[in-house]
Amino acid sequence: MSRVITLFRNTLALEGQPGAGLNQWISRITLPLAGIAVFLMLWSFAARQIDTSLGAFPGPQAVATQFVNLYNEHVAEREKEAAFYERQEKRNAARVAEDPDYVPKIRPYTGKETFLDQIGTSLVTVMSGFLLGALLAIPLGIAIGLSPTLSQAVNPVIQVFKPVSPLAWLPLVTMVVSALYVSDDPLVSKSFLNSMITVTLCCLWPMVVNTSVGVASVDKDLVNVSRVLKLSTLRHVQKIVLPSAIPMIFTGMRLSLGVAWMVLIAAEMLAQNPGLGKFVWDEFQNGSSQSLSRIMAAVLVIGFIGFLLDRSMLWLQRRASWDKSVATS
Amino acid sequence: MKAQLEITGMSMTFPTPKGPFVALEDVNLKVARGEFVSLIGHSGCGKSTVLNVVAGLYRATRGGVVVKGREVSEPGPDRAVVFQNHSLLPWLTAYENVELAVKQVFGPRSPAPRSKKEIREWVEHNLRLVHMDHAMHKRPDEISGGMKQRVGIARALAMQPDILLMDEPFGALDALTRAHMQDALMEIQAELNNTVIMITHDVDEAVLLSDRIVMMTNGPAATIGEILKVDLPRPRNRLALAEDPDYNHLRSEVLRFLYEKQRKVEPLKPARSQGSASKNTESAA
Repeated sequence: MSRVITLFRNTLALEGQPGAGLNQWISRITLPLAGIAVFLMLWSFAARQIDTSLGAFPGPQAVATQFVNLYNEHVAEREKEAAFYERQEKRNAARVAEDPDYVPKIRPYTGKETFLDQIGTSLVTVMSGFLLGALLAIPLGIAIGLSPTLSQAVNPVIQVFKPVSPLAWLPLVTMVVSALYVSDDPLVSKSFLNSMITVTLCCLWPMVVNTSVGVASVDKDLVNVSRVLKLSTLRHVQKIVLPSAIPMIFTGMRLSLGVAWMVLIAAEMLAQNPGLGKFVWDEFQNGSSQSLSRIMAAVLVIGFIGFLLDRSMLWLQRRASWDKSVATS
Repeated sequence: MKAQLEITGMSMTFPTPKGPFVALEDVNLKVARGEFVSLIGHSGCGKSTVLNVVAGLYRATRGGVVVKGREVSEPGPDRAVVFQNHSLLPWLTAYENVELAVKQVFGPRSPAPRSKKEIREWVEHNLRLVHMDHAMHKRPDEISGGMKQRVGIARALAMQPDILLMDEPFGALDALTRAHMQDALMEIQAELNNTVIMITHDVDEAVLLSDRIVMMTNGPAATIGEILKVDLPRPRNRLALAEDPDYNHLRSEVLRFLYEKQRKVEPLKPARSQGSASKNTESAA
């Protein structure tokens, strides 16, 4: 909790005036640091009080050790992989030297994903799901915003589906994907599709709602300007409606990306998509003495990535939006 | 006098939850080419409704408007509107705001297409006309209220409208800026000889700028009360006119109409006794 407060304060501090004095600079750095220090102390104190069947609850030190371990495992795995390919190449070269007609085969490495690979998978999955969601939601939102009739018709459906938890969608998505996605040479794995579609279904709604509100609430005077200029419907949407809805569209996208990241972890746990969710689940099932500290490390990483995703959306929003007042954190 | 614009028997009724509200009743007016007419009256008298019907943004319940022999049925750039609150697109620069209008009227698909170079020159020319060429690449939030209103005027002028409709164009400006803008408008009108219909609350503004002042009675069922001809010689100078007996006579005529004949007794606290009906007039006015 106090970590959240620290980050929050950090955020506020970053948005201060650029010409702030030295004092403000010092407090901008020291206050968050102090917050983190207090949090670490509380955490390590509390951790020592809790005993589980998997040993003591991990304190900061155990988690830090695991970060190092996870990184070393990653490096080791990469070395194994490189060695594997090197061996293959040598063997192939030897066989080609013996028999010039031989066509060398390269077999892919099938070692397990490391923690860093899993972070990569999670990011790819969440971005795919989010982008697919945006691709569906923004045009739909524009259509709903432009037509009050459509809006009234679609609204009940949106209101019902908006609060649905990803866990409820997932079994349905899994069954539909296994029924429809049949291919001998699949481009992506089913578990990836399951997680991605679940993410899409959950992050659709904030974007639809915000886009449609942004489109529907175009300033009446600007609409009159458009009428006096006799802009065609297409030009009206392009020149008046879309630009004025951009700030709201981005607000929706930012909310959606937050939802998407939260949903993804749960979806990966159940769909066994090789991302952070699966990492947490596997460690939990593994139940070694290190499991809890590894899960805790994952928790921190998940939080930090979520924070970075939000920041990058905010940055994008500021770049794209004409109305700077909307894009405050 | 050959009328460029003719308003005949215009009546306007707005539906409200408390039944129909008659905003305008039988308004008749002819405006000649190049004439500057101002509409003056207390708030809620339907001045803006008249303007909006001429613009084509509203349709009159009865009667209508004929411009150059054709009935007005929809808005169009031949009747450019300068809106009260400038209504510039906030995401475009001053130049781009004017350019959007110019491209619409003189773009490749218009009846009178112009080349890219001609379009650029025409946009710049109009911004120069309102003395905004120094800030033409600034966005509305970077310039002052008076400057925004100038860009709004430039946008309207750039469409080369038959009639320029101005809805209290200087109402939101401070007194000094307003005087400055009035002088600029007189200059432009002398140069281009536009037909102008302007709504105003300001008696001095009406007398200074107009060829005729149309004074409206109070609503509901507002109509034209009197029309005052202002035959002061042009160019007009506000300082010289301040002591001109003719000017002061005209000024007091307007004041007499507004505060004797059409005196509006409003309670100090604007109690909304008429509820949505009076609200509707406000938004219409």
